[in-house]
Amino acid sequence: MSQPQIPVPEPDEASRPFFDGAAEGRLMLMRCADCRTWRLPSRQHCDACLSDRFTWEAASGRGTVRTFGIMHQRYHPAFQVPYNVTIVELEEGPRLPTNLVDVANDEIRVGMPVEVVFERYDDVTLPRFRPAGRL
Amino acid sequence: MPHPLRGAAAITGLGMTPMGRIYKSTSELAAEAVAKAITDAGLKKDDIDGLLINAGITGTTGGGLTLGLQNYLGLRNLRLLNHMNAAGSTAAQMVQYATMAIHADMATHVVCVFADAPLKEGTSAGAAYGGAARNPQRPRGMAGLYAAAGYFGANTPYALAARRHMALYGTKQDHLGIIAVGQRQWATMNPLAQMREPITLEDYHASRWIIEPLHLLDCCLVSNGAVAVIVSPAERAKDMPQPPVYIHGMGQGHPGDSGRAGSDWETETGAKFAAETAYRMAGVGPADFTQCQIYDCYTYTVLVTLEDYGFCKKGEGGPFVEDGKLGPGGSLPTNTGGGELSAYYMWGMTPLSEAVIQGRGHGGERQAKNDLILVTGNGGSLSYHACLILSPHPA
Repeated sequence: MSQPQIPVPEPDEASRPFFDGAAEGRLMLMRCADCRTWRLPSRQHCDACLSDRFTWEAASGRGTVRTFGIMHQRYHPAFQVPYNVTIVELEEGPRLPTNLVDVANDEIRVGMPVEVVFERYDDVTLPRFRPAGRL
Repeated sequence: MPHPLRGAAAITGLGMTPMGRIYKSTSELAAEAVAKAITDAGLKKDDIDGLLINAGITGTTGGGLTLGLQNYLGLRNLRLLNHMNAAGSTAAQMVQYATMAIHADMATHVVCVFADAPLKEGTSAGAAYGGAARNPQRPRGMAGLYAAAGYFGANTPYALAARRHMALYGTKQDHLGIIAVGQRQWATMNPLAQMREPITLEDYHASRWIIEPLHLLDCCLVSNGAVAVIVSPAERAKDMPQPPVYIHGMGQGHPGDSGRAGSDWETETGAKFAAETAYRMAGVGPADFTQCQIYDCYTYTVLVTLEDYGFCKKGEGGPFVEDGKLGPGGSLPTNTGGGELSAYYMWGMTPLSEAVIQGRGHGGERQAKNDLILVTGNGGSLSYHACLILSPHPA
């Protein structure tokens, strides 16, 4: 019997470079071509200046744990509880909902430095994060 | 000169259905609450010339109230009608817009009604909320990163917010627990409350984790039911059958997108802006309140809201509640009916309905000093906020 699959997103036009970048091991983010504000999630208009012009740029992949929770409620069969749900604040400023890997739930701390790793699920690759500086 | 809206209108009618596993349609529940409110106010149906409607979660998941409620109720004299949604802040907002319309002479007796029926026979309370986890469609784009991280339901953002408050300010699990225990003590005195068995702090810690740092007993109930209130001009209210509950102030604050860079949504909410507006309108400050009815989707919401209304400094909400001052016998009676945690979850109508009961002096053994009552509503992920300042005294 196959394991149930987590609900992975399907890339759309506004997000394809993000998912293509992840598949190549790069964290690509949309950025306003006019006021330079990062757009996350990616979308047609900038929420700072409403410009519809944008570029895609590689982020450093470094950040810190903004906040996290340890989920015990079984909402979806593919997630083995307990698991961490983490918001990573990227060095560039915007925030990503993600999971930390290579760390025990009780070792996670707000403010902990983390770095991106990429996990492949069938046709989509997603950024996850691990404590920074581990080999 | 006092603000022109201060004391311009009053709540003159209240109607409530039983709460909990009441298996009726939202229209049927709403009609029951509206009929009770009209009778309570000593009015006839044809006296109602304003109707503001708020659907709960069923407004999204199906079966929720629509504008069609007007025709189900057979209201033919409406000069004011809308279907509103700003999540848990809507109840207070409906009263705000009703007050403004009355002051502008656009309407006289405005019904504000909320109904919801997310509980279905044979399903758990948890199944009523939690959406994305059961969506058979594959999520599209970066918005799908939430579900891909197992970020589900409203429990997740509130746990994340509480965690950050704990990390920044040293807020303890016990602080959240004290709020839950105090509210359950209030609920033991509320015949309408769904949960009336007293709990201890040990019970709180022993209740299962939903998502750390939130236990089951940090989370609100799920309820089927309806609440309606009637807002009328102050000069008419004094001749109506119930003790008027005057509206002295109101405000809103909506900080918006919780994901953007630079946002401190976890620990600083729209309540700050709402407080500024409402305090100015009413000519009061936090020290003047004799009781609070605070939106309590989670224990943490109470703590952070009290901070943002200036009852204590930012970050000191934990030590502030530690002595049990929110519970029975405390110095700041709060959520005196048990709130959404222990009584019933009618979104913003939970704090509002209890404020009307208290403002009238009808709280029975749970009646608290009612000279000035703060009522708040909060929704989204601490994204939307509205408040009312109520009093049995005319302005």
